[in-house]
Amino acid sequence: MIAPLVLVLVVLGVAVAVLALADVARNREPGWGAVGTLALLEVGLLVQCVLGFVALSDTDRDVNGLTFSAYLVGTLLVPPAAFLWAVTERSRWGTAVVALGGLAVLALEGRLNQIWGG
Amino acid sequence: MSAAATTRTGPGRVLVAVYALFAVAATGRSTVQLSLKASEAPVPYTLSLVAALIYVTATVALVRGTPPWRQVAWIACTTELIGVLVVGTVSVLVTFPDATVWSDYGIGYGFVPLVLPVCGLWWLRQTSKRSTASPAADDESTSASR
Repeated sequence: MIAPLVLVLVVLGVAVAVLALADVARNREPGWGAVGTLALLEVGLLVQCVLGFVALSDTDRDVNGLTFSAYLVGTLLVPPAAFLWAVTERSRWGTAVVALGGLAVLALEGRLNQIWGG
Repeated sequence: MSAAATTRTGPGRVLVAVYALFAVAATGRSTVQLSLKASEAPVPYTLSLVAALIYVTATVALVRGTPPWRQVAWIACTTELIGVLVVGTVSVLVTFPDATVWSDYGIGYGFVPLVLPVCGLWWLRQTSKRSTASPAADDESTSASR
């Protein structure tokens, strides 16, 4: 996959987790830092989805296309799902869900790159 | 807060989120495995599907949270705990042709599959205490204001 973009996504995922966990520690709802970074993460994932499908159609290596596509699209669902599940719980636990969303993207990103690597 | 909602509020929010994540991950994994290469390793792939169904059941049951669904959640979490312990132990003793969610006690998923059912059972126990005790027993000021 495109190394600089993966790096950006990993940094954003870590940032979401750190900012949200800081809000959890202060017993707060997720602040604009955490929510804004989660939104940026989603934008980055959209870019990755487009570039990922382009790369998949271009490559002549043996990549598991179905699994790779499922991860490209599935990862897109994580930030919105985390946000929706968090906003209906206005406590530190909702904030923890935002942090979990960031961590889940990190895990999925790791698998996505494994699949791409073959 | 109504008794039916307790399993999905407070710490339950995080628990449901992790269950939902595993439900999707395990369902996806077992579907791909069974549809593309079922004959390669039917036992592990079927086990992955069983795990997926349990995660889906537990997620739905914890979100619903009514007394009958709490029973379902108990059964799902207990089955899940037995499953991860049995499959984990067997996979250490015998070499599986391919990994399942529960192989080596869920090492491929950071041992979350081992910890999750324990958290689920603990949470069901906590909330059963809370729904019988007075509502003021809730120590979180933020969730008490809901």
